[in-house]
Amino acid sequence: MAALLEMRGISKIFPGVRALDRVNLTVEQGEIHAICGENGAGKSTLMKVLSGVYPHGSYDGEIHYDGEVLALRGIRDSEAKGIIIIHQELALVPLLSIAENLFLGNEVARGQVINWPRTYQRTEELLAKVGLKEPPTTKVEKLGVGKQQLIEIAKALAKDVRLLILDEPTAALQENDSQKLLDLMLELKTQGVTQIIISHKLNEISRVADRITVIRDGATVSTMDRHEITEDRIIRDMVGRDMAHRYPERTPKIGDVLMEVKGWNVWHPEQAGRQVIKSASLTVRKGEIVGIAGLMGTGRTELAMSLFGRSYGRNISGEILMGGKPVDTSTVAKAIDAGLSYVTEDRKALGLVLEEPITRNITLANLAGVAVRGVLDKRRETQVAEGYRKQMSIRTPGVFQKAVNLSGGNQQKVVLSKWLFTDPEVLILDEPTRGIDVGAKFEIYGIMNQLAEMGKGVVMISSEMPELLGMCDRVYVMNEGRIVGELTRDQASQEAIMALILKDSGKAA
Amino acid sequence: MSDSVNEGSGIKARLGGHLRENGMLLALVAIVFFFTVVVRASIDVDFLSAQNITNLFLQNSYVIIMALGMLLVIVAGHIDLSVGSVAAFTGAVAAALTVQQGLPVWIVIPATLVVGGLIGAAQGYWVAYWRIPSFIVTLAGMLIFRGLTLWLLGGQNIGPFPKSFQGMSTGFIPDLFGDWDQALLGLERLNGTAILVVVIAAAVLIWLGLRARARDIEFGITPEPTGLFWARNIVVSAALVFVGWKLAQFRGLPNVLVILVILTVLYAFFTENTTAGRRIYATGGNEKAAKLSGIRTNRLVFWCFVNMGVLAALAGMIITARLNSATPKAGTGFELDVIAAVFIGGASMAGGSGKIVGVVIGALIMGVMNNGMSIMGIGIDYQQVIKGLVLLAAVIFDVYNKNK
Repeated sequence: MAALLEMRGISKIFPGVRALDRVNLTVEQGEIHAICGENGAGKSTLMKVLSGVYPHGSYDGEIHYDGEVLALRGIRDSEAKGIIIIHQELALVPLLSIAENLFLGNEVARGQVINWPRTYQRTEELLAKVGLKEPPTTKVEKLGVGKQQLIEIAKALAKDVRLLILDEPTAALQENDSQKLLDLMLELKTQGVTQIIISHKLNEISRVADRITVIRDGATVSTMDRHEITEDRIIRDMVGRDMAHRYPERTPKIGDVLMEVKGWNVWHPEQAGRQVIKSASLTVRKGEIVGIAGLMGTGRTELAMSLFGRSYGRNISGEILMGGKPVDTSTVAKAIDAGLSYVTEDRKALGLVLEEPITRNITLANLAGVAVRGVLDKRRETQVAEGYRKQMSIRTPGVFQKAVNLSGGNQQKVVLSKWLFTDPEVLILDEPTRGIDVGAKFEIYGIMNQLAEMGKGVVMISSEMPELLGMCDRVYVMNEGRIVGELTRDQASQEAIMALILKDSGKAA
Repeated sequence: MSDSVNEGSGIKARLGGHLRENGMLLALVAIVFFFTVVVRASIDVDFLSAQNITNLFLQNSYVIIMALGMLLVIVAGHIDLSVGSVAAFTGAVAAALTVQQGLPVWIVIPATLVVGGLIGAAQGYWVAYWRIPSFIVTLAGMLIFRGLTLWLLGGQNIGPFPKSFQGMSTGFIPDLFGDWDQALLGLERLNGTAILVVVIAAAVLIWLGLRARARDIEFGITPEPTGLFWARNIVVSAALVFVGWKLAQFRGLPNVLVILVILTVLYAFFTENTTAGRRIYATGGNEKAAKLSGIRTNRLVFWCFVNMGVLAALAGMIITARLNSATPKAGTGFELDVIAAVFIGGASMAGGSGKIVGVVIGALIMGVMNNGMSIMGIGIDYQQVIKGLVLLAAVIFDVYNKNK
């Protein structure tokens, strides 16, 4: 097979930083090529060079593609060559139909007039290719993220794609949608579409990729063939050191029961008669890390948010006890007073005020802690923020840096600091390592262990089973709004968790 | 992105902050200077006469007062289009109470402020608790209260007002020192109180500036260059003393100016140094995150509107006192001047940012331009065009700085 794409010695310099340093990348015709690297390693920059976002002349090096040297002036040029990139943030218009989205900017038209019958016909063909059966007139907002991702791929196919670039395509997908997407990638490969996938999820990469290129600090570290791929080797190349233990060591010191939830019921906020959480009960002990496993959409986030000041749902019933005494958690403020904290799944939308500095974000949930009778003590506020910067090793030029300028891992540390400053007994962490690179993940795990060490109760919601198994002393398994089982560290395994879920789903059916 | 990129943008952000405020101040000084020269050259009138400086504050006091409240509303992520109508309506209420009912001033003023607060509450309720977009609620309010003003006044002007009520707008702080200072300096007229007040104010400003600077250095924030700091403070202090000196030779400090300064200091302190102020910024910056941090965002938004109503009522009374009658047309289009002042002052349409000092400077820029162009006899047509361009330029300047 010949190389379809060869990027030679690509360097790209931003003011003050060398984002890419003589990167080489060769992609063979018809292969699936994975690119791995920590956040900030330069993967996205490289793909932006390839897709013309950074035009020819703004970088050094050469791009050879299909026997010619590319000099792209913009995305239109790269798309004309069949190079299509699907970004992490989906670029669909929610209020337009599937058909309208598929041919947006590329309409099936005679002159300026759209040929609707032909548009719908082609839409159906394309949807069939990606395994969707939705009518072409369905509005995109009605589809889940998984299906929207497939629409993006269909959109690429509509443009006669030859080289498809997927930037973290499964980051927002649940397990079965991810599987479908990966299957589709393999299917497209048989049709001769060359693909590049950027992903953090090593298991997915080893499933679909023919070759992997690892990028670290803006430079190519290695390229491996399929048979050489092992997760340990990828991790070692990514972080530049051996990570014998992906989860930091901890000797659990588990104490008395801190929090107890009894018979918790929650109804859907809009859809009357739909019960989202069904009589859930759980306990969290001092110094314990408790996991909540389950497929996406089983109500884990809903459970956490309803516990935390009834931030989700209606007609909530049930009891929360802290240290054996019933507590009122009917508003977020009361829940915080009762010693609860909830670190949201979506840092940017729900956790941080991005345009405000680290200081203000850290004190936001406990302004009383830096104020006297409603008047802020800014000196104290800065000291508090400095303290957490050191404790959490938040990497930033200063605590007055806006949150938006931090990397994902450091943003997460700011959110954790915010909640620690409320001095909670129990912290509920919802997907605390989502979208965070391997190195920062390790640090977040370390912080979680520290919290347990300090005698806090930690509840961890995660879709990544290895993470739950590696971190938790006990795992609750949720399915369809119920807690269907509880496994100790010794009992817990991916198989055991899946078995509980499947058994329960079988009962329901 | 790597840390070194962050560092670069961080320093730029700090400089950008200073750049914005200093730039605004510079623009104000430049505009004043421009009019002083041009007015002198073209029609041989002293733009910076005591009379005109007094006028400037009287004419713009209500825009500034309402802009203080509007900043909070805009920071919280909303807008209030009704303030012009509410000011007219509350002015009419004050007229009805004073002129028709004959109630004394010390009842009328608080009663009118309460009416303003209730109007704010009525609008804020729908915005905060029913989540109806504030644009729509206050657009309705704009129509409703304009209509109610017409109804209350019966299409007529109501006036005149007793001296005690007029004093709110056209009164002056009496001189505490008597006449000995005039004799000493050989001047015909000198209000020692005015001089004393501005000198103290300038000293306090410099002291606060130095303190903030010391704190910046202590926290390891790169402080503004020393030269720039002193240049700004000298300009501001000189301007203060100059205005005080001029006013002292006229009739002293206008009551309105005192109200204005007290409110400005109060709101600046509130927005920057209190937990409630901080929470309003967080609410506008990211309402969901604020809510999940235990902040009662709905209540805050509600109170922002109540506050806006009270300030609109205060402005309404000052307008009425100045005109010495309540008129159905009072305050028409003021909402736009007020909103423009807030955006010229550097607030963001999306909410979450903006400063009181910026807003006051923004309002003064608008005010000086109104005043200067009127003195020069520039037609209302060109005036509107020029004000529009200034607003656009200020916002483009912001966006350019942010993207750079």
